[in-house]
Amino acid sequence: MKTFVTPKFKVNRDEDRCIQCQVCVNQCSFGANYYDAEENKVKSREELCTGCHRCEAFCPTNAIRVTYNPLDYRGNYNWRPDIIEDITKQSETGGVLLTGMGDDKSQRIYWDHIVLNASQVTNPSIDPLREPMELTTYLGQKPERLELEPGTHNLKTKMTPQVKLDVPVMFSAMSYGAVSLNVQESLARAAKEMGTLWNTGEGGLHPSLYKYGDNTIVQVASGRFGVHADYLDAAKIIEIKIGQGAKPGIGGHLPGEKVSADVSLTRMIPEGTDAISPAPQHDIYSIEDLAQLIYALKEATNYTKPVSVKIAAVHNAAAIASGIVRGGADIVVIDGLRGATGAAPKVIRDNVGIPIELALASVDSRLRQEGIRHRASLVASGGIRSSGDVAKAIALGADAVYIGTAALISLGCHVCQQCHTGKCAWGICTTDLRLTKRINPEIGARRAANLLRSWSIELKDILGGLGVNALESLRGNRLHLRGIGLSDTELEILGIRMAGN
Amino acid sequence: MTTMSETIIKIDSTGVYYRDLNARLREAITNGATKIELQNVYGQRYIGTDLNQPVEIEIFGTPGNDLGAFMNGPRIIIHGSAQDGCGNTMNEGEIIVHGRAGDTVGLSARGGKIYIRGDVGYRAGIHMKEYQGKKPIIVIGGTAQDFLGEYMAGGTIILLGLKLKDGQDHLSRYVGTGMHGGVIYVRGNIPKYHLGREVGVAKLNEKDNAVLKEHVTVFSGLFGFNADDILKSNFIKLYPRWLRPYGRLYAY
Amino acid sequence: MLFEGKSMKNLMSINNTYNDDKVIDACSIFGAMDRSGRRFSGEGVFKAVANMHDRGNGLGGGFAAYGLYPEHADNYALHLMYLSIKSKLETEEFLREHFNVVWQEEVPSRKTAAITNPPLVWRYFVDVPQGLPENQSADDYVVARVMEINTSDNDSFVFSSGKNMAVFKGVGYPEEIAEYFKLEQYKAYIWTAHGRFPTNTVAWWGGAHPFSILDWTVVHNGEISSYGINRRYLEQFGYKCTMYTDTEVIAYAVDLLLRKHNLPLEIVARVLAAPFWDEIERMPEKERNLMRAIRQTYGSLLLNGPFAVVIAHSGEMIGLTDRIRLRPLTVGEKDDMLYLSSEESAIRLISPDLDNAWSPMGGEPVIGKLKPDAQIHLEDEKEEIVSR
Repeated sequence: MKTFVTPKFKVNRDEDRCIQCQVCVNQCSFGANYYDAEENKVKSREELCTGCHRCEAFCPTNAIRVTYNPLDYRGNYNWRPDIIEDITKQSETGGVLLTGMGDDKSQRIYWDHIVLNASQVTNPSIDPLREPMELTTYLGQKPERLELEPGTHNLKTKMTPQVKLDVPVMFSAMSYGAVSLNVQESLARAAKEMGTLWNTGEGGLHPSLYKYGDNTIVQVASGRFGVHADYLDAAKIIEIKIGQGAKPGIGGHLPGEKVSADVSLTRMIPEGTDAISPAPQHDIYSIEDLAQLIYALKEATNYTKPVSVKIAAVHNAAAIASGIVRGGADIVVIDGLRGATGAAPKVIRDNVGIPIELALASVDSRLRQEGIRHRASLVASGGIRSSGDVAKAIALGADAVYIGTAALISLGCHVCQQCHTGKCAWGICTTDLRLTKRINPEIGARRAANLLRSWSIELKDILGGLGVNALESLRGNRLHLRGIGLSDTELEILGIRMAGN
Repeated sequence: MTTMSETIIKIDSTGVYYRDLNARLREAITNGATKIELQNVYGQRYIGTDLNQPVEIEIFGTPGNDLGAFMNGPRIIIHGSAQDGCGNTMNEGEIIVHGRAGDTVGLSARGGKIYIRGDVGYRAGIHMKEYQGKKPIIVIGGTAQDFLGEYMAGGTIILLGLKLKDGQDHLSRYVGTGMHGGVIYVRGNIPKYHLGREVGVAKLNEKDNAVLKEHVTVFSGLFGFNADDILKSNFIKLYPRWLRPYGRLYAY
Repeated sequence: MLFEGKSMKNLMSINNTYNDDKVIDACSIFGAMDRSGRRFSGEGVFKAVANMHDRGNGLGGGFAAYGLYPEHADNYALHLMYLSIKSKLETEEFLREHFNVVWQEEVPSRKTAAITNPPLVWRYFVDVPQGLPENQSADDYVVARVMEINTSDNDSFVFSSGKNMAVFKGVGYPEEIAEYFKLEQYKAYIWTAHGRFPTNTVAWWGGAHPFSILDWTVVHNGEISSYGINRRYLEQFGYKCTMYTDTEVIAYAVDLLLRKHNLPLEIVARVLAAPFWDEIERMPEKERNLMRAIRQTYGSLLLNGPFAVVIAHSGEMIGLTDRIRLRPLTVGEKDDMLYLSSEESAIRLISPDLDNAWSPMGGEPVIGKLKPDAQIHLEDEKEEIVSR
């Protein structure tokens, strides 16, 4: 069938600069650049270009500019170009529109409507470069109160397992299969260097990564891939994945062609079979079932590790989170509307779930109202873009955050949203060995660690400006936030005041 | 009660508000006083601040905050303790404290000399600077609380720890954090983990020993110690490892 | 109306016209304790805090005194401010309903030039009724009733509620408040004092220090930048932060940790001004585990930002600064007397020949306790005007 979809991008090649070296041809995994031997000329098939800018970054003579192909449809607020294209594609294939990364639509990004406070005169700002400034965070259930043995200062209360983070930013779940082993190793190494954690996702833990166990969160999801005693033992935290922000209520599958020998080894399924993650976990049809699984995992690891439960931010996230905490989870992860994915139906990604800012605020408030906030740590994820977002999330009530997209950008990702194709030209979201070698774990680790290092310094700057020297004094301290351009209802849900008030 | 005998003036400061007291000091100096004795000082602030003359002021009691702040010339002797901000942004002159001193002794001092017989509080010598001929010096007979020499940019601090027991470390934590100029000589020990990461530790060279001897001798003379005994002890020198500790902090 | 102004309970508009959640102020603090239990006149304390006059701006002064009501030592001494006769009648009805009122009287005062527009101030010596539920102590009962009055709609406010102690406070310099309430008539074994320099508030009598709950009182210099989370944490335990000041949360935090969670004072100080993590990591194992647990459990009660406080309750007085000592505190000792002050000069003024004067390290509590053989001396003691 002839496609009516016009190319989205234009590959502009400056003929004076191009030396026909074919780097762009080799770099483009989507086949958008090719060499015409007859004419001795590098050319482009623009309909295949995804706008990932790999060729542009690698062109030695700076000859390429990838730009939007000006699609001058007749102006229409309702029938926008992306909508026309989606309908066209579906008419030609009869399929569900699949996409990668997080929601890219224009729903309000609340981070950009929240501002932070700083000290002036009445309390001094603290200079973070010279004075101690603490980001140390412990994840895990806390007792409501401490009991000491009378007469001595011996601790009577038995603390449940606590996991230390030197920086309150962790790498979110991205499975081997969705991303390459080199990506996982980059993140694992960076996590170790910076004193934080990375997350296996639900694809199991490759034998070569067991050595990063102390910085690893292992996931137990609906597919239960690679879940066995060693896997659970290796981890610092075990995370039950109920849902993710990009596709609440939706399962998924890793196509058989991606299940290579190495992926098969890690997922513990035969090579070449589809790896199916069902929509629900079939041992959890209700909250008491979740509690049963939480305690099964605690028993399996002899109560040595916190158990985390990750849910997508949906309308009644607050009530669900309360149930999860009462069910015995030590950590609750809320993944917002903008949380990303390796592959999800576009209609789900862009239309289901609520923004993380609102979900986080209402969950934190609800747990406090019920007097059970101490019983679990709260982790926010989905669309955290900067240390500013981190600080705001913590002030709203998060103990820590997960970053996924930001971590991948640190490795080279240009957010072209082609993760689901497995052809990632940056070598990130692919298992194609020709592409995965584009990420060198040593360099990748350095880039990801650099990102966390920058954010730590910036967080310390923010704390110092607020006149506090420990992150726990910002945590849940919504007085240090103000809203801009928000309605009364939005302010009320966020629990913050309007700027100027 | 103000009594004049040639150029020595005595003032009973009992119940005198600081603005009145400092006005009287100004007036006395305008009238040619070269030495002033202040009796019964309890908390009056800013003594010596506005007196740009080489006058000597002897204080009996406990002067208030910002003693000698922005001072430019006088010599102040305190028979008692100084409170916070003693020698704040001082330019020239001398402050001699027979007791102890509070926080931020010599904050941002640009010149002058401060000698304290006892202990000092937090952030002594913070952001002290030097420029051309101006080189402030603080000699502390006791020990210091935290952040000694914090972001120090110049000048000299000598910490003698005379009251410390054998083998006892100095109190101060976070010593010289952000230090990027000047030098601190320490008699006794500061554990490595209490030093800022910008601080280097070295043995004293000949030049250091000469500087140390000069100031310890003055200090001992003022307070009746034996300089040779003090100088016999082990000293370490703390110096800034980099002139630009934050050269690599930023991304552009 | 005895008081020009708006409804007292609309605290946001009275205590804080700018509708900020917390009051910002700078101040002088002072405390004096005779650890032998001897009760002394507060005149030395008035003189000392007056000597730090320039640290305040006359928009609030106050005192706490311990051991001043030996004749009613076993009754809760509720001190209330009223803005109207009507609210007084209503609240007295409430008190009769919920307590056995043993004695009540207007708090003596004198007309002075400095004090304008004072509220009506009364005190009630009360017992709690018999037959409280098993899980509610008499203290819990009193706290609950105080919270009830202070969050009700009428113009009454309980500002002191402990046994054998009292807070006296109002709008004015501390020395003026002392004169107004005739404080020279009282003798106590602990006096604490406060002169206030609020930067963004309209003066309100209830907004002056000390802040108190039961016999816990706090005078405070500085600003708690962690107020927002300290308050949210305490609200989970039923404390209602009616005053919108950061100092109030200190009083409630101390009440929660010491009285309800039964932690020793030394540990409470470590909650409020916690050691740094790197220090904790260098501690011996037992202490390290304890300190970790403290910070993990009570991180939301870390008081962050510049502060120096004098906290007192029956038999104890504690001085504490924030962990990087952004506000000053000097300790003076002379025989059984323990002094805590923003400035050394104020101590020296009333006790020139101290045995000892020093400043504690940031976060290091200075704790004055009655000596084991101490007795609160009663009326037969000989008159002494000024503290030693």
